[in-house]
Amino acid sequence: MTGTPDAPKLYAAREPIFPRRVKGKFRTLKWWIMLVTLGIYYLTPWIRWDRGPQLPDQAVLIDLANRRFYFFWIEIWPHEFYFVAGLLIMAGLGLFLFTAALGRVWCGYTCPQTVWTDLFILVERWIEGDRNARVRLHHAKWDARKWSLRLTKWIVWLLIAVATGGAWVFYFTDAPALAMDLVQFSAPPVAYVTIGILTATTFIFGGFMREQVCIYMCPWPRIQAAMMDSDTITVAYRDWRGEPRAKGRKRRDMAEEAERIAAEEAARGRGAAVYRATPYPGQRTVEEAPKTPTLAEAAGPGDCIDCMACVNVCPMGIDIRDGQQMECITCALCIDACDEVMEKVGKPRGLIDYLALSDEPRERAGEPPRPIWQHVFRLRTLIYTAIWSAVGIGLLYALFIRTDIELTVAPVRNPTYVTQSDGSIRNIYDIRLRNKAGSDRQFRMSLTSDEILRIELEGEQTRVVTVPANSTYLQRVYVTARDQDPASDADVTDLRFWVEDLESGERASKASTFNGTGESDD
Amino acid sequence: MSDAPKVDKETGVETTGHSWDGIEELNSPLPRWWLWTFYLTIIWAIGYTIAYPAWPMVRGATEGVLGWSTRANVAADIEEHEALNADLANALVAADLTTLETGSDLLRYATSRGQAVFIANCSQCHGSGAAGVQAAGYPNLLDDAWLWGGEIDQIAYTVRHGIRNETDPDARWSEMPAFADIFSREETEAVVEYVYSLTSDDHDAALAETGSTLFLDNCAACHGDNAMGNPDLGAPNLSDAIWLYGGDRDTLTETVMNSRFGVMPAWGLRISEADVRAVSAYVHSLGGGE
Repeated sequence: MTGTPDAPKLYAAREPIFPRRVKGKFRTLKWWIMLVTLGIYYLTPWIRWDRGPQLPDQAVLIDLANRRFYFFWIEIWPHEFYFVAGLLIMAGLGLFLFTAALGRVWCGYTCPQTVWTDLFILVERWIEGDRNARVRLHHAKWDARKWSLRLTKWIVWLLIAVATGGAWVFYFTDAPALAMDLVQFSAPPVAYVTIGILTATTFIFGGFMREQVCIYMCPWPRIQAAMMDSDTITVAYRDWRGEPRAKGRKRRDMAEEAERIAAEEAARGRGAAVYRATPYPGQRTVEEAPKTPTLAEAAGPGDCIDCMACVNVCPMGIDIRDGQQMECITCALCIDACDEVMEKVGKPRGLIDYLALSDEPRERAGEPPRPIWQHVFRLRTLIYTAIWSAVGIGLLYALFIRTDIELTVAPVRNPTYVTQSDGSIRNIYDIRLRNKAGSDRQFRMSLTSDEILRIELEGEQTRVVTVPANSTYLQRVYVTARDQDPASDADVTDLRFWVEDLESGERASKASTFNGTGESDD
Repeated sequence: MSDAPKVDKETGVETTGHSWDGIEELNSPLPRWWLWTFYLTIIWAIGYTIAYPAWPMVRGATEGVLGWSTRANVAADIEEHEALNADLANALVAADLTTLETGSDLLRYATSRGQAVFIANCSQCHGSGAAGVQAAGYPNLLDDAWLWGGEIDQIAYTVRHGIRNETDPDARWSEMPAFADIFSREETEAVVEYVYSLTSDDHDAALAETGSTLFLDNCAACHGDNAMGNPDLGAPNLSDAIWLYGGDRDTLTETVMNSRFGVMPAWGLRISEADVRAVSAYVHSLGGGE
């Protein structure tokens, strides 16, 4: 840190970014996505769902204390955690699929970091004005006006942050009750701590860290780059159309030079070559494309007027014209900004556009790009889709074959069997019965086997047990083979335990084995 | 440190000035906040080592000003849960064990607590699955043969006072004489053959016949005329399929000649009454309880 002023700097201060306001179809799409995703996040805990008197009536509830997850009509118990694992696998595969097909759409449109940053920038713009005003304010002295603007902004940010942290805790307990407790300062401390942490992260990440989170803290940019290839549709600059970029006097000089060459060529009788500022049109004006550029066109300036609109609107503070880079979250705002400008200067839109890099040679040669579906439907994306669908169908299948009764059988194998005084052989099983219904139920237990076996229940005179509502019940079960029965001295005998709901007749079963002494002669 | 930043020709990026075999490292500066975060973690770490146990000293680590300790936490946890269970524990001590209701909270509490007590105190001899060890004469608690009775209050008595110990005057007590001094070699053989014949078809009928007379004269007082045993005396049933030490001729000969003297401590003197009752309820629930 004490080297000469010329020593290389190993740490760089953050360059502040002041994204300009932009209008366009992608911006509009992003507003809608923001509305929907934030709406889902803030409102979901308040949806009610009637499950009967003994169960919570919150549609989406992660009940950690009682180890239950409720999602509308679906109730997940801890032993069914594979549903959650399956959904996570689907989320991962979905990300692969979307990234392979459309690049970093997750980052650009739906990532919470992007959505909240977008919201925070919106607030910033309302309070401090658009880009130029904000740049001025940034350089201004800390006078009363700057303080009041900054404080107002921070307070609004903080309110949003508190609401964000506040909404999170509602997913874990009954929302209306917790809201009352929170207001009366009688909620559990963990609720306040969670809100505090999420408030801090939202405030800092959305207000101050912004693109730093994406560039330095998030692993996705590194991973996602590995899932993209030249057919991936991504935000890119048509440099073959835009270059050489020029503006002002330089652009005028270049255009004049091109006109002069065109006039010369016309004089030499090479036909009426006219300089056109758009020699290699984008996909939207394909029909007019000439096959090879004329000399005049080669000398003229490209379509890029170097107005820096694409740079000024970029929330990541990069120049898309430098090509694909890790910082780009493909939010498409530069497309909107450039289209706006192209419209104004009377050139075709799409200088910056969603395009696949594999189309570059074709477009350079003046041919139209291949249709989007040819890029999207390729082996890679089809395989992702197939795996994603297979997992999804598997989960749906598992969901629909679930029964309201479930049993698991844990044979006690310490010891493997017990010899009774009359010489009969007994095996012990710990059977767990799950009653997923909201009311107590009576279950009759029985077994089937090819051999003669008798079933008894610990502590019960009958074979009927009552399992309380919404709970798991452990029942010790004894299975006995008399001395003269083949199962007693066989090695292993297959059997199946059955459970029947006395009221509904619904049944469930589980296979297990019975251990004999293994001393039979045959 | 180098005097002036070098710039890599290919990329136009500044290098750090470090060169290995002509390969130079491009300078990709980290964000400044990252550096501050790093310093912050160092400061945090210093504070942490003051607040919590950290620095190793000759006799253990520094204790930290907050006095945090996992042992204290566990002790507090146990105390808290015992306080929460105090009502159930008191109810268990006051309850009549024979009337514990199936599925009741009290029985559930007793068996779960009993399991913990069993694993900690009983499993060393009886095994973690309570199946005993025949070679050592530790009885199997899962079957339906009980030397001293398998009713829950009989089990509780056995647990509380133990068997053949000197520490508790109320301990279960019985002692079989060592017949090596009483029987001749032939008589021993005959008695063993008789006892063996009770559960095995493959025996010398004539010898067993001789043994049966000797049995009636010498053994039936405790084991009964039909060798069915007597739980009041702790005399095992010799006619069933269960053997404490083993039912082959060699083991029986050993038992008859030298007797056996299995002991069990009086747990009433070692663990609380609630623990005694809990472990009794647990053992009773394992499958053999009467």
